[in-house]
Amino acid sequence: MGDYAYAAPATVDSTVELLSSSASSGTRTQVLAGGTDVLVQMRSIDRGPRLIVDVKQLAETNVLSIGEDEIYIGAAIASAILNENAELKSKLPGLIESADLIGSTQIQGRATIGGNLCNSSPAGDTIPALIANSAVCHIVGADGERDVPVEDFVTGVGTNCMADHEFLLGLRVPAPKGNTGDAYLRFIPRTEMDIAVAGAGVRVTLDDSGTCTAARVGIGAVAPTPLLVPEAGDALIGTQVDEEALNAAAAACSAAASPITDKRGTVEYRIKVVGVLCKRAGAIARDRAKAR
Amino acid sequence: MAKVHVSTTVNGQPMDVLVEPNDSLLDTLRDGLGLTGTKEGCATGDCGACSVMLDGRLVCSCLVLGAEAEGKTIDTIEGVADGDGLHVVQQKFLEHAALQCGICTPGFIVAAKALLERDPNPDETTIRYWLAGNLCRCTGYDKIVRAVQDAANELASPA
Ligand SMILES: Cc1cc2nc3c(=O)[nH]c(=O)nc-3n(C[C@H](O)[C@H](O)[C@H](O)COP(=O)(O)OP(=O)(O)OC[C@H]3O[C@@H](n4cnc5c(N)ncnc54)[C@H](O)[C@@H]3O)c2cc1C
Ligand code: FES
Ligand code: FES
Repeated sequence: MGDYAYAAPATVDSTVELLSSSASSGTRTQVLAGGTDVLVQMRSIDRGPRLIVDVKQLAETNVLSIGEDEIYIGAAIASAILNENAELKSKLPGLIESADLIGSTQIQGRATIGGNLCNSSPAGDTIPALIANSAVCHIVGADGERDVPVEDFVTGVGTNCMADHEFLLGLRVPAPKGNTGDAYLRFIPRTEMDIAVAGAGVRVTLDDSGTCTAARVGIGAVAPTPLLVPEAGDALIGTQVDEEALNAAAAACSAAASPITDKRGTVEYRIKVVGVLCKRAGAIARDRAKAR
Repeated sequence: MAKVHVSTTVNGQPMDVLVEPNDSLLDTLRDGLGLTGTKEGCATGDCGACSVMLDGRLVCSCLVLGAEAEGKTIDTIEGVADGDGLHVVQQKFLEHAALQCGICTPGFIVAAKALLERDPNPDETTIRYWLAGNLCRCTGYDKIVRAVQDAANELASPA
């Protein structure tokens, strides 16, 4: 069994060493970012003792850089800090909106995009927006660093591809170029503080004539993991992202969904709603791309 | 369990405290430091009764570990009044009867003060969204919103 313990190593190397040694000694270990999932789980469904490894004090997890080609979001950066960054918000409004949807002001002060992704819930709001933006997970562990596309990261309900000795340093998001726009929409029964019934993130790039040259669509809460829907992106490429193209993308999202029925919505409802959200988010992403 | 030694600053005072590794900051404030003004409504981040400022940012102390307070600055409801002089937000809560049982009040006051420090002139929608993570089972919220609006007015043009 063992006891609870807390550690906040000062370097990435010592963090990896600690994760590796506790993995090999069979100590249950959990990485801590904002704690808005970890502490709730510790108080409810999962009280078992563990070593908690806080990664917020590392310089590497606090990097926020907006480069020509890449935007890097460190795994420890709270949503409120992202939201206060006007340049980031103007470049990736959809992704930042998806993070802003998480919880209240108080939750925003702690919750991270990295934690939302690593918690790997089917309904994690930032994940479809990350997928739409072709974001890549920057992971470090005993075997060094590796990059994994977000759509390949989540492997099941609450599980992901990281080994026990690994943790997430940050997310690499290709910087939007030219006429590029993104958007994320979710549907919840309330207006605030609830879990998505369905969600859709879209990023499109248009040429000077308004023709779509690149498009990615991610959907959430309608399958065991958030999904990239290549057919939905393909339905937009080569079009003016008009009604007809958006309807085709919506149909592709509905076809890709394999949801469950629960108190928030039925299978049929979720399949329908995820398409509607894709259509609406696609129109917002298109308008944002045009306005650039 | 091996206790963790934490050195932190609470309401401007340096403090040292031993915490269990799984204690929340709320546990540490209330049980370790005897600062019982901060309340526990849910312990799961939903109600905001436990709101405190952590390095100048509004957070739920029930979702922070006590151990995470090491080297940090924490401001709680106990530090809001200046001696016997109430803060204007506290004064306006009294004048508008923006509380009944009072369990939610410390959290609302800490949160409302944080709002007015960053946005001295919030409209009603801004106030309601900012305070959406603070739940009240008694007042119905209207009086709370009026109190915050009135506090903003008072701060803008002191009587
Ligand atoms: C009141 C309330 C409302 C909420 N509303 C929403 C909502 O609307 N939408 C939504 O999607 N979520 C919501 N959440 C859930 C939660 O806030 C988010 O998932 C949040 O983004 C988690 O981030 P965190 O930094 O707090 O993660 P933590 O709790 O620190 O960690 C979450 C998980 O990820 C792991 N982890 C974190 N960081 C790393 C890392 N760098 N490397 C490896 N593993 C890591 C942890 O071990 C843990 O398993 C809500 C939570 C609360 C309490
Ligand atoms: S006690 Fe912390 S939010 Fe309810
Ligand atoms: S006054 Fe009783 S909960 Fe708000």
